[in-house]
Amino acid sequence: MTAPTMDALLANWEMVVGLEVHCQLKTNSKAFCGCSAAYGGQPNTNVCPVCLALPGALPVLNGRAVELATTAALALNCTVHPVSVFARKNYFYPDLPKGYQISQFDQPLATGGHVDIGRRADSSPIRIGVTRVHMEEDAGKSVHDRYPGVTAIDLNRSGVPLIEIVSEPDMRSAEEAGAYLRVLKQILEYMDVSDDSMEEGSLRVDANVSARRRGETALGTKTEVKNMNSFSGVERALEVEWIRQVGVLEAGGTVQQQTMLWDGAAQQVRPSRTKEGSHDYRYFPEPDLPPLVLAIDWIAKMRHDLPELPADRRARFAKDYGLGEYDVDLITANPRLADYYESVARAHGDPKAAANWVMGDVLAQLKTTGQDITTFRVRPQDLAGLLNLMRDGVVTHTAARQVFARMVATGDAPAQIAEREGLVKVNDDGQLAGWLDEVIAEHPAEVERFRAGEKKLQGVLIGAMMKKSRGRADAKQIGAMIAKRLTSNE
Amino acid sequence: MTAGERPRSAADVRKEVRNGARDTQATVEQALQRAFDVKAGMDGLNIFVSLDDALLREHARGAATQLADTEPGSLLGVPVAIKDNIASLHHPTTCGSRMLKGYISPYEATVVARLRAAGAVPFGKTNMDEFAMGSSTENSAYGPTLNPHQTDRTPGGSSGGSAAAVAAGIVPIALGSETGGSVRQPAAFCGVVGVKPTYGRVSRFGLVAFASSLDQVGVFGATVDDAARGLRVIAGHDPLDSTSADIPVPDYTLAGTHSVKGMVIGRPKEYFPESLDPRVRARCDAALAHLAALGAIVKDVSLPHTDLAVPVYYIVAPAEASSNLARFDGVRYGRRLPGDGLRGMYEATRTGGFGPEVTRRILLGTYVLSAGYYDAYYRKAQRVRTLIADDFGSVFGSGVDLLFTPTTPTPAFRLGAISDPYEMYMSDIFTVTANLAGVPAMSQPIGRVDGLPVGGQLIAPHFEEDRMFAAAYALERALGDEAHR
Ligand SMILES: [Zn+2]
Repeated sequence: MTAPTMDALLANWEMVVGLEVHCQLKTNSKAFCGCSAAYGGQPNTNVCPVCLALPGALPVLNGRAVELATTAALALNCTVHPVSVFARKNYFYPDLPKGYQISQFDQPLATGGHVDIGRRADSSPIRIGVTRVHMEEDAGKSVHDRYPGVTAIDLNRSGVPLIEIVSEPDMRSAEEAGAYLRVLKQILEYMDVSDDSMEEGSLRVDANVSARRRGETALGTKTEVKNMNSFSGVERALEVEWIRQVGVLEAGGTVQQQTMLWDGAAQQVRPSRTKEGSHDYRYFPEPDLPPLVLAIDWIAKMRHDLPELPADRRARFAKDYGLGEYDVDLITANPRLADYYESVARAHGDPKAAANWVMGDVLAQLKTTGQDITTFRVRPQDLAGLLNLMRDGVVTHTAARQVFARMVATGDAPAQIAEREGLVKVNDDGQLAGWLDEVIAEHPAEVERFRAGEKKLQGVLIGAMMKKSRGRADAKQIGAMIAKRLTSNE
Repeated sequence: MTAGERPRSAADVRKEVRNGARDTQATVEQALQRAFDVKAGMDGLNIFVSLDDALLREHARGAATQLADTEPGSLLGVPVAIKDNIASLHHPTTCGSRMLKGYISPYEATVVARLRAAGAVPFGKTNMDEFAMGSSTENSAYGPTLNPHQTDRTPGGSSGGSAAAVAAGIVPIALGSETGGSVRQPAAFCGVVGVKPTYGRVSRFGLVAFASSLDQVGVFGATVDDAARGLRVIAGHDPLDSTSADIPVPDYTLAGTHSVKGMVIGRPKEYFPESLDPRVRARCDAALAHLAALGAIVKDVSLPHTDLAVPVYYIVAPAEASSNLARFDGVRYGRRLPGDGLRGMYEATRTGGFGPEVTRRILLGTYVLSAGYYDAYYRKAQRVRTLIADDFGSVFGSGVDLLFTPTTPTPAFRLGAISDPYEMYMSDIFTVTANLAGVPAMSQPIGRVDGLPVGGQLIAPHFEEDRMFAAAYALERALGDEAHR
């Protein structure tokens, strides 16, 4: 049997997706104890009586985690509640030391938000509802492949603060799910609340997916798909699982509500051994923590102090710097790149020139070296300095790229490099005329053909001049010189 | 009879150590001698589940040198027995359970740290009902503690070992814990003073949780003053316990100078039912007469939801316990028994590690929190709990300063006499209300029936321990020897 194509299935069936995203908050210490929340570290070194669940230990809420969770919720347009309640989610698992996870249940931190992930053909926004944002703690890690025949437990992650962001089932395709995740990740990055790395486990995604016939308004039976470790993995898993469901429905069967595990290597889903519904988490309010009470004024201040959102920044860059949509999207993809660009543009004064350099040479350099903009050797004021040198005619564009390469390597100031490496533009007409004489003498054939009307050969001659001057001559200036000399000398 | 000789009071011990008449080593030595004389060990009264003589002597020496050049602590040189569910360094913390046999905590409870800072010497770990579930210490994995007054009787529970340690004259002060009367009931049975402070008054950090919304560390004293001194040291805000209250702690010993003249003392009719042992009733009325003679105004009051307290307690407490005891899973510490796979290990460990009463309550608690039953049991119980708290609120709001009741319906019952769990639960009928409402309460000896102590209970509004102590000091003085006759 050959698998039906996505397009053929999409003609009759619709995909309905809701996502649950767990995101690690960027705090120094854990949610309920003073242990470091840092990723990595030798197993079971960032632990204490609280996160080991020793008898008698009690949780104390990390205030920074509350700030970050509130910031995230406000950025997702949620209503942050003045009173929310921590609850215990009870289940047995070796990497869950207390036998319960401290989470929030029927009174979460925030509810009723939304995220716009793009525009439809009719230019209406594609808006995904955010059902709730709540705080919880992470469990430890079970390591099954370290020692033969036994499972090892690492509790360094135990008690690390998370938020869970639950969406409405508002996505209608795997691409929309991917777009939602990318927008969400960008917002969280802009708010600086999380490191958002699926690889390091600081961002985890579980997907609820169901299929229904087009035109149907009721939701079909959903399955939960877990174990994806990239956004593209989420998209692929959703497609595979949805195709499976449609196959079941088209054969007259019914979809079982269950948890499916994505196997990225095999590009397949398989049912999890734990049956859906067999878990009764016996939630009840956490008696060791009083309700979380946030002053209305404090919430208002947090809203007021919210960092600039990606959409706002895009609009501002388009308006203030006159950049096109493509440029804006590229430059604002990452908040730190956007900060970098903005510093260059402000220091230099020509936002377009700044954009060209940031999108061109800077991004190319980062890509080649795999560096992050925050640790990039060339600081914004130095890049602006280089642009100023070009604008003021001190270096040519060609020489500027050599200077830039030296800046990347050494971190030195551009003027210093230009001077030291002899890359300052040559404006001496005598020197230029001398080089031109040599070039004419060395390229008699090209000169002949140029005179005969093959004007494109001017490029070859300019190139030769550039080589002779090691980029220090201005291309426009010598172009004019060549034209003048070779036509007037006739 | 091994009780009778009262331990040297905390105030006297401190005075002697301070003026150099004796040192901490001598006070610890005396307590060890007394423990030996009364046969406090496993083959006798079975008061201590761990009491390491060599370790205690070493600590006593350390305490003596350490405190030589600092301002003497308020419990300088005073040996204080610690219930086995309060984390302390060096001695095991086993909660009277096979599950934690040999477990030594790597950190100590805030209350123990405060005792040591005040110059006290933690004196062994005392026997208790397993995980504080019980009213007789018969649920201990180490076997029951015997009542020092009559060894065929229970000392009460769950803090029976601590009550007996004070009653047997070994230590003037002991720490216990309450979830539903576990300090006051054994205090009454053993003829000592037992205080359950306001919920939030004392840090729970390091107290092994049974039911977190009810648990509170309590203090036993040979006298009201001993208990007041002990509470003063351990009370106060602790940043490590989010439910501890940041409210200043007065010097409770000053309450001894306060008068009860004009104080309105409520006598709730629900605590004096027809079925109450008439001899217990007589002792209570005599105590009230003393208070009235001192100028207090005794007033009949009603706490109408009292009869719901035991049923509510036996939903809320097991529910929280079922979750709190989930950490004893054999993975990280304590007992682990082999089984088939992970699930088999869990089942073997928990079946083999927990005794029948703990198992019963975990099952009960798991049931009442289960989907489909939560609303009918747990949520409803929490609503009724607020009604019980409101009863206290309206009585105290109507001009009543304190309540006075019997601590227990009967004196200490015989060991083995109660095998029906429900009948055992009813022995806490007069004490669980204060835990559910979070108000402070204490029991003090008010006389004897057939040689067995009878306890009278004072209940105060939230954080008014001071007022409660004022009445307790006054009553203790007025009763004199009558309290122990
Ligand atoms: Zn920790």
